[in-house]
Amino acid sequence: MADAVIGQVTDRATARPRRFGLRSAMRRKSMTAFLMTSPLILLIALLVVYPALYSVNLATLNRSMEHFVGFGNFLFLFNRETFWMVVRQSCIFALTAVLFKAIFGFVVAHFVHNIPAKGQRKWRGMLLVPWVIPPAMSCLAWLWLFDPSYSAFNWVFEKFGIGPIPWTGDAMWARFSVILVNVWIGAPFFMIMYLAALKSVPEQLYEAAAVDGANFLQRTWYVTLPMMRNIIAITALFSLIVTFANFDIVRILTAGGPIDLTHVFATWAFRVGIEVGDIPLGASVSLFMVPILTVAAIFILRDINRRGNEA
Amino acid sequence: MTAIATAATAGASARRSKRRSMSRERRWALRWSYFFLTLFAMFFLLPPVYMLITSLKTSAEISAATNPWWVYNPTLANYAELLSSSQFLTYFRNSAVVSTVVVAVTMLISVPAAFALSRMRFWGSATLATGVFLTYLIPETLLFIPLFKMFAVFGDATGIQLINRWWVLLLVYPTLTVPFCTWVMIGYFASIPRELDEAALIDGANYRQVLTRVFIPVALPGLIAATIFAFTVSWAQFLYPLAFTTSTDQLVLPVGIITSLIKGDVFNWGQIMTGALLGAAPPLLIYAFLMDYYIAGLTAGATKG
Repeated sequence: MADAVIGQVTDRATARPRRFGLRSAMRRKSMTAFLMTSPLILLIALLVVYPALYSVNLATLNRSMEHFVGFGNFLFLFNRETFWMVVRQSCIFALTAVLFKAIFGFVVAHFVHNIPAKGQRKWRGMLLVPWVIPPAMSCLAWLWLFDPSYSAFNWVFEKFGIGPIPWTGDAMWARFSVILVNVWIGAPFFMIMYLAALKSVPEQLYEAAAVDGANFLQRTWYVTLPMMRNIIAITALFSLIVTFANFDIVRILTAGGPIDLTHVFATWAFRVGIEVGDIPLGASVSLFMVPILTVAAIFILRDINRRGNEA
Repeated sequence: MTAIATAATAGASARRSKRRSMSRERRWALRWSYFFLTLFAMFFLLPPVYMLITSLKTSAEISAATNPWWVYNPTLANYAELLSSSQFLTYFRNSAVVSTVVVAVTMLISVPAAFALSRMRFWGSATLATGVFLTYLIPETLLFIPLFKMFAVFGDATGIQLINRWWVLLLVYPTLTVPFCTWVMIGYFASIPRELDEAALIDGANYRQVLTRVFIPVALPGLIAATIFAFTVSWAQFLYPLAFTTSTDQLVLPVGIITSLIKGDVFNWGQIMTGALLGAAPPLLIYAFLMDYYIAGLTAGATKG
């Protein structure tokens, strides 16, 4: 879209009949534009593109980073059971969390949309709080709520005769806990996006559907969902990238434990690369995030370009 | 005629009863909405509320087997202790300095770049706009290991130590904030009518004046949203400071609370919760006062551009 905008501007500028200095003016303009964007280019080139390529280079070196081992690190990872556990856990974690975030967000957005407009602001304000608190801080609160001996949840459950739940001690429960916290942090974002999308669905469509005798489920399925499809897709893809690459939640809640069963790519890469000090192996681990991130990015880009052309 | 009249009244009453049932249905839908919203709000607000509850307790009360959801002897001792501890104040100062400088740097880089990308065509400008967006999609968890090594190599080569210095964060945080802010500002700038800057150009303004006199005032809401985003991202960032800084005087708040308040296996939960609450306070305050801008920035990333 930006391209189209720029194109029109220059077309008009060049269409203006001016014989002298046009070329130098154009050159001056593109020089100015280049100067204005050069800090941005420098930043991206030095601190994003270069490290990304450097990480590929690092992944092909041996532990002391002295000689080239080709795919040695990758082959080493393929033979390790922990690696496949991390792959599985990352996929389970990201897919389940995004799915539940999307469902929660959709449901909550509907309820907020249902109530009178003047109360919506207040509710929306309250429901977005988990997103605003820095994740590291709210994870500490969850860690304390999940504490093995002082868990406030277990205190409540005990009143109902439900035994102490090992929130972060048992592998299955620990997996559940990190997903729960991720849903808690991320669902409000979905809620806000869906709420904005719901507001843009024309009221007439619902009236027409109601006249045709559509019930609530049919209105949701045939009117709301198709109208919101774009926003749902793009929010889910954004969230998939962020969730798949998540670090804070797993690191603080379980630090990968019990016995490495809840590690995701980011936390395991940190453990191997920074804490153990095997930088090439850590770089190889984090590079495994690239394929799924690329797929998500391609879909997002396609979606944005398509909407840009429609606009 | 009577037949018609009765039919008419029957129809009217049926219509009325239908309308009444519709409004009853709507009233019930409203009640259910409030009921579920209350449940969701309880779930969403539970951890911060529990932070507050714990922060008001003494260590003795925390370890006693009393109701964890109630404060029997409220005390501000945790706050007093933390706010007078020089270590905590160092973290707070580091965080505040880093976030403020990063916000300033981000704006200085992304506003001119967004202006150039949305209004001036030059070689590769469309590719660059797409590239900026792609950069925004690259997570920091992909880059922290090569960056760590890069800084180590740089330190060895030049003697300028970057690892374990708080100001290394001033270098890396902009990689998280600049792409998003540029992208959002491109969207806002593109929505400004072209007649506005053409009029200014015809009146003899140069590009710098167009930017500072026309674009920035008109796109001020977008600018505020981008500023809020940059601040909250730099305040909340956890991975980079955890990987790049280790000594206690170089830490920022999130990492400082986690590494220094947890001493071995001894968890002083009253102080940890107090610290977490104080660490969450700046973003929460900004959100409370500038909620509309905050939400505009949140939705702009995906819906604009």
